[in-house]
Amino acid sequence: MNKQSPITTSPLHVSTPHDSAAKQVAGRADYIDDLVEPEGTLHAYLGLSTKPHADIAAMNLDAVRAAPGVVGVLTAEDVPAENDISSVHKHDEPVFATTRVVTWGQPLFAVIGTTREAARRAAKLARIEYRDLPFFTDVDGAMAAGGKLVTEPLKLERGDVEAGLAASPRRVTGRVRIGGQEHFYLESQAALAVPGEDDEVTLHCSTQHPTEIQVMVAQVLGIPHAAVTVNMRRMGGGFGGKETQGNLFAVVAALAAKKFNRAVKIRPDRDDDFQITGKRHDFVVDYDVGYTDDGRIQAVTATFAARSGYSADLSGPVTDRALFHADNAYWYPAVRVNSLPLFTNTVSNTAFRGFGGPQGIIAAERWIEDIAYALGKDPLEIRKANFYGTETNNITPYHQVVEDNVIQRVIEDLEQSSDYQARRQAILAFNRTSSVLKKGIAMVPVKFGISFTATWHNQAGALVHVYRDGSIHLSHGGTEMGQGLHIKVMQVVADAFGVPVERVQITASNTGKVPNTSATAASSGTDLNGMAALDAANQIKARMAAHAAFIYEVEPSEVQWEFGGIRAGQQFVPFDELATSCWMNRVSLSAAGFYKTPKIHWDRATGRGHPFYYFAYGAAASEVTVDTLTGEYVVDRADVLEDVGRSLNPAIDIGQVEGGFIQGMGWLTTEELWWDSKGQLRTHAPSTYKIPLASDVPRVFNVRLAEWSINKEPAIGRSKAVGEPPLVLGYSVVEALSMAVASVADYRVAPRLDMPATPERVLLAVERMRKGLQ
Amino acid sequence: MTEIRTQLRFILNDRDVVLDEISATRTLLDYLRLDRRMTGSKEGCAEGDCGACTVLVGRLRGGELRYESINACICFVGSLDATHVVTVEHLSAASGPLHPVQQAMVDHHGSQCGFCTPGIVMSLYGMWMQTPDPSVNDIEVALQGNLCRCTGYAPIVKAGRSISAYGKVVADPLVAERQSITARLAALRDGRRIELGTGKDRIIVPASADDLADIYAANPTGTLVAGATDVGLWVTKFMRDIGPMIYIADVADLHGIAELDGALRIGAAVTYSEAQAAIVARYPQLKEFWSRIGGQQVRNAGTIGANIANGSPIGDTPPPLIALGASIVLRKGDARREVRLEDFFIAYGKQDRQPGEFVEGVIVPALPEGEQFAAYKISKRRDEDISSVCAAFRVKVEDGKVASAVIAYGGMAATPKRARAVEAALIGKPWTSATVEAALPVYEVDYQPLTDMRASAEYRLLVAQNLLRRFFLETTGAAERLTREVA
Repeated sequence: MNKQSPITTSPLHVSTPHDSAAKQVAGRADYIDDLVEPEGTLHAYLGLSTKPHADIAAMNLDAVRAAPGVVGVLTAEDVPAENDISSVHKHDEPVFATTRVVTWGQPLFAVIGTTREAARRAAKLARIEYRDLPFFTDVDGAMAAGGKLVTEPLKLERGDVEAGLAASPRRVTGRVRIGGQEHFYLESQAALAVPGEDDEVTLHCSTQHPTEIQVMVAQVLGIPHAAVTVNMRRMGGGFGGKETQGNLFAVVAALAAKKFNRAVKIRPDRDDDFQITGKRHDFVVDYDVGYTDDGRIQAVTATFAARSGYSADLSGPVTDRALFHADNAYWYPAVRVNSLPLFTNTVSNTAFRGFGGPQGIIAAERWIEDIAYALGKDPLEIRKANFYGTETNNITPYHQVVEDNVIQRVIEDLEQSSDYQARRQAILAFNRTSSVLKKGIAMVPVKFGISFTATWHNQAGALVHVYRDGSIHLSHGGTEMGQGLHIKVMQVVADAFGVPVERVQITASNTGKVPNTSATAASSGTDLNGMAALDAANQIKARMAAHAAFIYEVEPSEVQWEFGGIRAGQQFVPFDELATSCWMNRVSLSAAGFYKTPKIHWDRATGRGHPFYYFAYGAAASEVTVDTLTGEYVVDRADVLEDVGRSLNPAIDIGQVEGGFIQGMGWLTTEELWWDSKGQLRTHAPSTYKIPLASDVPRVFNVRLAEWSINKEPAIGRSKAVGEPPLVLGYSVVEALSMAVASVADYRVAPRLDMPATPERVLLAVERMRKGLQ
Repeated sequence: MTEIRTQLRFILNDRDVVLDEISATRTLLDYLRLDRRMTGSKEGCAEGDCGACTVLVGRLRGGELRYESINACICFVGSLDATHVVTVEHLSAASGPLHPVQQAMVDHHGSQCGFCTPGIVMSLYGMWMQTPDPSVNDIEVALQGNLCRCTGYAPIVKAGRSISAYGKVVADPLVAERQSITARLAALRDGRRIELGTGKDRIIVPASADDLADIYAANPTGTLVAGATDVGLWVTKFMRDIGPMIYIADVADLHGIAELDGALRIGAAVTYSEAQAAIVARYPQLKEFWSRIGGQQVRNAGTIGANIANGSPIGDTPPPLIALGASIVLRKGDARREVRLEDFFIAYGKQDRQPGEFVEGVIVPALPEGEQFAAYKISKRRDEDISSVCAAFRVKVEDGKVASAVIAYGGMAATPKRARAVEAALIGKPWTSATVEAALPVYEVDYQPLTDMRASAEYRLLVAQNLLRRFFLETTGAAERLTREVA
């Protein structure tokens, strides 16, 4: 028994490939549409409205029912309980519209067919008569129509804003438009429902929120939560688009499965997915900022109007988070910001990586840029003049004290490594002599609050079993959408037990194993589920250690975990042998873990609290070249530095930073949502909606993690969240474009480039510069 | 009398496939996923724009076996006779080691959600077989038709550069088996016409151009299908029936690229990829332009003849071809006529083509010595995007004056269209900035562009004018172009 422990190290803080990488490259990782279908599986397809706002005068589905391969049709009349899937329980999201449609693409009915093609073809045969009603699809239209809101707005206020503005030597007012964004998860929404006995139904869904699918299916069918089981192995991308937007598809599949007592699968075509599901909120931000002659902000007031779509969905917390980030990394002596979550006759906008935070940050960066141009300075100088302090000037607009500020160090580090100052001088020189091509460079910081602002969401569960051969089964409340959550939690559990990662078997997220979970969202997946899994592992470890002390007759203090096993006095016992021994001696090797984030609280009514456990920081410097004859541009270089605390898995984190940056850049440059005059979204597929390609990536792309950083809070492994913050850094590309545009008028005026900054917007901004207009 | 075969025969990975019946509208992707339960290839968009369904198709071209990446989602099974279809399932066995492309992707963390990954693996694989030591640009071109929403591509590009560190191309099974596959495909190509099915499910693959002429004359309502990069969407998006489908892209005598009397004669079924070398050699000004038509998979499937015959106002090839003075050969039965390309486009959706008549080839004259020529494509995204505006200029300057000017645009009118008024405003004038500036207002005579999801009318007109400015500056050496070369 006196084996030496093998010389090896912990798997934590080590770059480790994604848990499914080998299967993904081989095409052997299964997504919903790849699962082996139960015999006799039927297929559902949705019939959609073709009006943005209308009363339904008549709905004739005879031809649909009579079409070949059609088994049946579902309408609102087939809903046994509530015809509603509002995730925030506002009763404003019917499964099927009944008397009125409020957006183009709203579901009216579902066809159930023997094949997907049969159902899809039949859905086209519906004859719907509408009586048109007035509609509006954007913020301007919503405001003109009276500014109806989908949910309660928020106000954050600190200090005397009017006095601050009045006392400021300088003022800037402006408006910035920030476009929306389609998630474009590569795997579209999909669900497979399998009916069971009594009320039971099991769903396989592409969802970030299995518990909510469970709740919604139960609500619509009128059955207990316990009768619904949701299973989710992996998504082909989520980005927030599968936090609530999968509810409709799961509910329709479940309704049909129970009605026809057959398995039912539903998967919309990409164009329909675009037209049915919500997107990132577009914002129009109006601001009035007072500042000093040296660029220090004295007071800020701003209104954040958002295109929320036809229902509340998550527009409340999304617009809240925009306000929570309207300070970005800057100290405002006085501030008042308001949100306007506006109703529009469009798809109901929803969560998207950053959840409103990026729009708040971009607004802040826009008035910083305005101040810089007004004073003839580099915006980076203005940024530095306004950063939060560490001991003073550190209170946010929501009255939380910033306790972990490292933005100065992040900027200093990146400024050096990117050679920012010298390159800026070189670009200024280039622009003096180049007539058609113009360059720009910009460095932008980010500070991002980590936690769900709805405090109760900050909880997680996990289930860990150790089997008697020493293999470990892990299930936790989070979902894997590509972000590497599973491998990180596997690393946490492997580290806790002192075994290689390969010993840990991750399994599908399942509401039967871990109940009452929160969405995998808000960058919190690892923070929450890693801690819950660690709690479960620690419970089992304590029992195993006690057993070792008993069986090897040593004091509990003489039992130590080492890599590969346990040392009890002089004895080293390999982990698998200890597991067998525990089982033989009737020691439980299974535990449910739980975690809730400490320290956080938030009172929305007063706009005060400590909603964020900590902040994640980062910065990016981007350089672009613009063709001032066409508006086309190339991103020449981007340098990114991200504070992820002590990284649990540097390769995974780098992947999140690179991917987030490019996704943010795409949002703000080429990804344009365009509605026609009839109220239909016309950019509804990759042929018309352009996300970045490999050839859009900065020609030089340097991405680093701040290796000096460690989370001041005892988060899992002292790491920090990484999913959302880097997305904002794509804005550095827009500000660099802005500088190139401004060069046409010798940087005298801020170009006020709206987003997405397509080649068209860039060229039209160049024209404004040429004509001397702002 | 042409002999007829009533079976479709091809090789799928390591198996022979013989089909006695298949719907004309059955796509390769649905065939793989639904009929064969091979789910490695994914459906991301069903319109050939995301690449998640990318597979390789090996075809004999002039006796040589060539594997190219294509989008299975808009490829009809009826177009696969005598081909070798290679899917991601062929690269590694469940129990065996990963293929070098796959291992490189794993080691460089090239997959996150993994849904685009099989398609990216196949695109990289197709590239690597041709280019074992690729540059960043080679990889970017290979991936023009592959969207990844997670990674930001950086690790995928790194993986692409390192594949040869994981294995040698010569040891790759497809390369090692090249001779035997070539022989098997040659045996499948028996020179017979193929006919399957009836009515809307009828598929006809002509044996030759003459056979096509007979078939189309007898079935003038049939749908001529070449690369299916547009017809594929009629099926996947609009659920239209296309039978009888007459698949023409493998008709060998529509594949010629030849020089005759100084002109380049291109068969109607020549793909963008096939034509690339000949086009760029004769018209080096089209090098960048040609690499921005569609993405790699679209260029491998789409044909120049169909880009013209389709009649779209936003096809990429008509503007440069019109500027070069190209004409097309139209054939009906045995009767042929030559039409100037600019005269072929009559109105939106209407071309000078009779029922039963098809485009047999394109004739592109040489660029006369001393003439300036350039083509530009403006789009929201650099690669794999449909043009907002496409422009081509050919100007002859003699003694400092414009002797002739041919200017054509796409995206500015209901058809590809010449800028006759602008040309007139230039001809006879000195080739100077002042002349160019004076001609700009005339654009409004030639064009009243539309506002749509790709661009506003205002931008289209402005950028159209600015492209004339750019062309002028380039002819005088005064303007740099944006480039995407990576060091």
